[in-house]
Amino acid sequence: MRNFWKKANAKVSDFLASMCFSGPSFLGMAIFYVIPFGVVIYYSFIAGAVDSSFVGLKNYISVLNNGAFKIAVKNTAMFSGIAVPLAVVLSLLMALMLECRIPAKSQFRSFFLSPMMVPIASIILVWQVLFHSNGVVNEFLMVFGADKIDWLKSDYCMVVIILLFLWKNLGYNMILFMAALNNIPKTLLEMAEVEGASAAYQFFHIKLRYLSPTVLFVTILSIINSFKVFREIYLLTGNYPYDGLYMLQHFMNNMFSKLNYQALSAAAILLALFIIVLIAILFAVENVFGKDVEG
Amino acid sequence: MRHRKKRYFSRGVLTVLAAVLALMFVMPTLLTITNSFMTQSEITANYGQVFQNAANGTSYIKDTINLKFIPDKVSFSQYFTVLLKSPDFLYKFWNSVILVVPIVLAQLLVASIAAYGFTRWRGKVRDSIFFFYVILMLMPYQVTLVPNYLVSDWLGILDTRWAIILPGAFAPFSVFLLTKFMRRIPASLIEAAKLDGAGEWRIFWNICLPQCRSALYSIAILVFIDYWNMVEQPLILLPSADMQPLSVYLSTINAGEIGIAFAAAVVYMIPGLLLFLHGEAYLVEGIAYSGSVKG
Repeated sequence: MRNFWKKANAKVSDFLASMCFSGPSFLGMAIFYVIPFGVVIYYSFIAGAVDSSFVGLKNYISVLNNGAFKIAVKNTAMFSGIAVPLAVVLSLLMALMLECRIPAKSQFRSFFLSPMMVPIASIILVWQVLFHSNGVVNEFLMVFGADKIDWLKSDYCMVVIILLFLWKNLGYNMILFMAALNNIPKTLLEMAEVEGASAAYQFFHIKLRYLSPTVLFVTILSIINSFKVFREIYLLTGNYPYDGLYMLQHFMNNMFSKLNYQALSAAAILLALFIIVLIAILFAVENVFGKDVEG
Repeated sequence: MRHRKKRYFSRGVLTVLAAVLALMFVMPTLLTITNSFMTQSEITANYGQVFQNAANGTSYIKDTINLKFIPDKVSFSQYFTVLLKSPDFLYKFWNSVILVVPIVLAQLLVASIAAYGFTRWRGKVRDSIFFFYVILMLMPYQVTLVPNYLVSDWLGILDTRWAIILPGAFAPFSVFLLTKFMRRIPASLIEAAKLDGAGEWRIFWNICLPQCRSALYSIAILVFIDYWNMVEQPLILLPSADMQPLSVYLSTINAGEIGIAFAAAVVYMIPGLLLFLHGEAYLVEGIAYSGSVKG
């Protein structure tokens, strides 16, 4: 009995101590993130702002049948599906490139990081100067006899945005990989060298194993940033861009200005479900690959 | 001998490749800086086309967009206009500062004590709460657009600076990063302090935090850049034009103001640049340990 009390007491005091530290964050998260999210869930199941009767999955069904939503999902999926893996692979390649004892490594590092600093307004201006129909890229391509393309209003619009995304995010991802490469035990690589392992073998069987937590981390960061690129798309093209650039965030934004909170909320919840599944898969993948090097 | 030659050759190729890439990465930054020393008429002549739809067919605008790095005549007229003749600009700059600085400081404070809580007391419940943080961190801003508005309305902080600062202070991003970092601190260090009779707060303040210096600095840079560039939040939660930060003001620059856009962008970049130059080493070091998502 005494033992029980002692244990319970320890548990309570542990709980109290942990709440002293995490409590403020829990409270703030609850007010500014969890409650709003709960409101979104609630909205997605009611008929409207005035008539708040429960309508089951009706909002979801109408959103799923909405043409604009379908386009938005397709574009967002395509953008993230291409841009995020590219951001991971290219930044890893850049990190490996800088590993190869090339001169002025730290200067290169700063150069690659510099896009982080550039204000959005300048990015927008530069991108317009580059990809306007009379812009620099077209001038350049015309030298080789190519036709003029109005980049942001053509099927190539996605390319422009992916370039912008990569330009902005590769540097930081690269830094993360460089740090991770530095943490691989040198003795292991030297041993592999002595035993005559090829560079490819060293990369795939040793380095990649140690990098796998970082790969996951960079993937998650890139997903966050792939949602943030909406800011640039919006400032470049406004509320109703060319069809190929109409993103989920456009859909939500437009539903917001049309006061259609039900459609907005249903779309948001669908997106949230997708993200949860994605993260669960990523965590599971990390469990399989990264287990033996964790620690 | 031949082997060595081959290695020099491949290193040379990589260096050239890195140089070309680096040039592409710094180009927009460089352009912004050099063009800030052009006269306003030179800017309009070069980039007027981009805004032609807004300012219909003025004859002095050239047909093509001209990407120019070196000004015809170095002039400080843009800076003169931005800094001395438009009180609006400095006012908005100050608005940005009093929004972003409290957010960065408060977020770091809240997050570091919360991360300590997540590090010292683990369990199924707390680990799932942590997973929940990750999910909420990944949500695009548009998801909680409406409820955020409602919550700030309930709290009576709508259209005050608190509507931006409070959600920013409790954002999950730094909790996530710092928890990852703190979980790498050797448990023996904490146990030793405990045996010496140090309380939790002392362990946190005197042992944990000093270990996290570089992580704190690199997170501060990331959070600063993120909020310094915010556009969506102030537009919705802070409708009064006189409280809007510089980021919003800059992103609405149009044809009439393009002549000062570059100097404005340069001034806008300075705080981030200073932080960055001061802490680049931390940026690399600080994330070296935060590789794994699950810790």
